[in-house]
Amino acid sequence: MSDASTDSLVLSDIGVTFGGLTALDGVSLSAGSGEIVGVIGPNGAGKTTLFNVICGFIRPDSGTISYRGQAMGRHQPHVLAKLGIARTLQGVGLVPGLNVVENVMLGAQGKTRSGFASAVFGLPRSSREEMRLRAQALELLGELEIAEHAWKMPTALPYGVQKRVSLARALIADPTLLLLDEPASGLSSDDMAELGQLLRRLRDRMGVLLVEHHMDLVMSTCDRIVVLNFGRVIASGDPDVVRADPEVTRAYLGEEVRTAEGGPGA
Amino acid sequence: MIKLRLPGWARLPRQPLLRHLLFGAVGVAFFYVLSISLSDFNDFQLGEVGVYAIAIAGLSVLTGVNGQISLGQGAFLAVGAYTLGELEVHQSINLVLQLLIAVAVSALVGLIIAVPATRLRGPYLAGMTLLLALALPFLSDKYSSFFGGDQGLITLPPNAPGSIDPQRWLTWIQLFCALLVVVLLANVLSSRFGRSFRAVRDNEVAASLAGVHVARTKVIAFVISSACAGLAGALLVLSTGVVNTGEFPLSLSIYLLAGMVLGGAGTLTGAWWGAILVVYLPNQWSQSIANAFHANHLVGANLAVIIFGAVLIVVMLAAPAGVQGGLRWLGHRLVTVSTGPKPAGNISVTLQDQPVSKQDRDGPESDRAATSID
Repeated sequence: MSDASTDSLVLSDIGVTFGGLTALDGVSLSAGSGEIVGVIGPNGAGKTTLFNVICGFIRPDSGTISYRGQAMGRHQPHVLAKLGIARTLQGVGLVPGLNVVENVMLGAQGKTRSGFASAVFGLPRSSREEMRLRAQALELLGELEIAEHAWKMPTALPYGVQKRVSLARALIADPTLLLLDEPASGLSSDDMAELGQLLRRLRDRMGVLLVEHHMDLVMSTCDRIVVLNFGRVIASGDPDVVRADPEVTRAYLGEEVRTAEGGPGA
Repeated sequence: MIKLRLPGWARLPRQPLLRHLLFGAVGVAFFYVLSISLSDFNDFQLGEVGVYAIAIAGLSVLTGVNGQISLGQGAFLAVGAYTLGELEVHQSINLVLQLLIAVAVSALVGLIIAVPATRLRGPYLAGMTLLLALALPFLSDKYSSFFGGDQGLITLPPNAPGSIDPQRWLTWIQLFCALLVVVLLANVLSSRFGRSFRAVRDNEVAASLAGVHVARTKVIAFVISSACAGLAGALLVLSTGVVNTGEFPLSLSIYLLAGMVLGGAGTLTGAWWGAILVVYLPNQWSQSIANAFHANHLVGANLAVIIFGAVLIVVMLAAPAGVQGGLRWLGHRLVTVSTGPKPAGNISVTLQDQPVSKQDRDGPESDRAATSID
C-alpha cells in the first residue's frame, strides 16, 4: 500500500473535479522502483486522469504528489523527464514529421546537455551528443527487434511497431519510473506476450506504473494492482487479492474479472 | 532497388557542420560566377534574392518547421532596417557591427513579442502578427523625428574595396550573409533543437512528455525568425538607400509567407525558390506580361497580386510541398526509373526507406531528407 518510501512516486488523497463531475476522489497510491503497479478499472474510472495529474497536464484540486521524497507542486509536463519519469501515451503518440530514430532520440531531450550556441555553429559538442543519442536509439530499436524500421516514417508502420517505437522513446531517457498508458491496446496476442516479458525485464531497472485493460497481462505481470471505479480506489493489493475482491467483480458489471474488457482499449 | 555505393571521397561528410559548409561553399562559388556574368541591375536583384531568402528561411523555420503562422515578418524586417538606419545616422561603426546590432535588436523585439504571442495558436497568432505589420507605419508617424517620418532615414551603401563596383560588392555581402544564415539554420535544424521544433509542431503533448519545454521551444523559433528578418531588413535598405515604412507594407509580409509556402515550407533550399518568386514575380515578370498584352504599367502592378495568387493555387495543386518538394519528388522518380522497378506497394515510404547497413548506423546520412540543407 502507500508506504511512503523515498524512491517512489507517492500520491496522497488526490481529488479532481471537472465542473460538477468528480473524476478523482481521494486517490492515494505509490509506485516504487523494482515493482510493477497496475491501475485498472472500467472505462471512465479515472485512470487516464490520474496519469494526467501525475504528468502535470491536470492540476488536482486537492492532495499532494511527491517523487523520491520531493514534492511536485505545480509542475509542468516537461519537468517530468528531468525527474526520471517517462510516459507513453494512449494510442501511439509519435511525431509524424520525424522518422523512427528521431522519434526515439526525442525521448532523450531531458538528458541533453549541448546548448543552443553549439547547435547553431554545429560544434562537436552538439554533433557528438547527437551521434551518441542516435547510436543509443538504434541500440534500443534493436533490443525491441524493430531496427529494420529505423529510418522509416512512423505513420507508414504497422500499429504494433509504432507502439514499440513509443516504448523505445520512453526508455531512451533511462527513466526510474515508467508510466504506461494502455501499452497492450491493439496488440496481437504474440506482441502482448512479448510485452509482458519485456515488462518483467524492465522491473530490474525501473518502477512501472501500468494502466491497462487486458486482465491477462495485468494479472501476470503486476506486483500490485490498484482498482479504480468512479474516481475512487475500491481495492488494492496483490493480483490474487484483487481478483477475489467482490467489489471489483461488481465494478466490472458482475462479470468475471478475467473475461471483462477483453477487446482493444479505447 | 539497386543501391548505389559511392566511394568514400564522393560521399557527403557525416558531420552536419562539414556537410552544410560544403553546401555553403558551393553556393559561394555559384553566386560568384553568376554575379560577375550579370549586369548592374541584375546584380541588384540578385542581392535582393539573397535578402529575401534570409527572411523566408527564418519564416520557414517558424512556420514550416515549428508550425507557427506569422503574418508579421515584414515588421521585423522594418525593425532591422530602422536599426541600421539609426546607426548610419550616427555613422561611426563598421558594417559587420551594424548588421550584428540590427540582428540583436530585432531578436530582442522578437523575444518581447514572442513571449505572449507563442501562447496563441494558428489563426490567433496570425492575427496578432498581422496587427504588428499594420501597426508599424503608425509608430513611425507618431515618432517621426526619431524615425525620419515620411522621408525616412538615409542609408549609404558600404565602401567597396579596390576597384570593385559598389553595387556588386553589396550584392556579394547580401548573398554571403544569406548563405551564412542558411548554413547556420541548417545546423540548428539538424540538432536537437530542430527535432524539438518538429515535435512541437506535430504533437505538443508527446513533445512535452519527452522533456521538450514547449513554450520555450516556440519562443526560440520565433526569435530565430525575427533575427533573420532583422538581418534581411538591414541588408535590404543598404541597397535601397532609404528606410521608410513604404518599404515594408503589409503585402511584403504576405509575399514572404506565400514565397515560403511556394518554395517549400520547412526547407531551406525552398527559401531560395521563394525568394526568386518574391523578387521577380511582382516586379519583372508581371510587368513583362502586362507589356505583352499592351496594358499600361498600373495593370502590371495589380497583375502581380493576381499572378501570385494563381501561382499559389497551381503550385499547391501540382506540388503541395512547394517547389522544393516537387523537385525532390521528381528527382526521386528519376532515380527510381533509372535503377529499375521497385517492389510494389512500397511507393509512399521510399523517400525515407533506406536499409540500415553497418556504415549507416551512426551516420546521419539517412535522415538527410528531413534535416539537412534541402
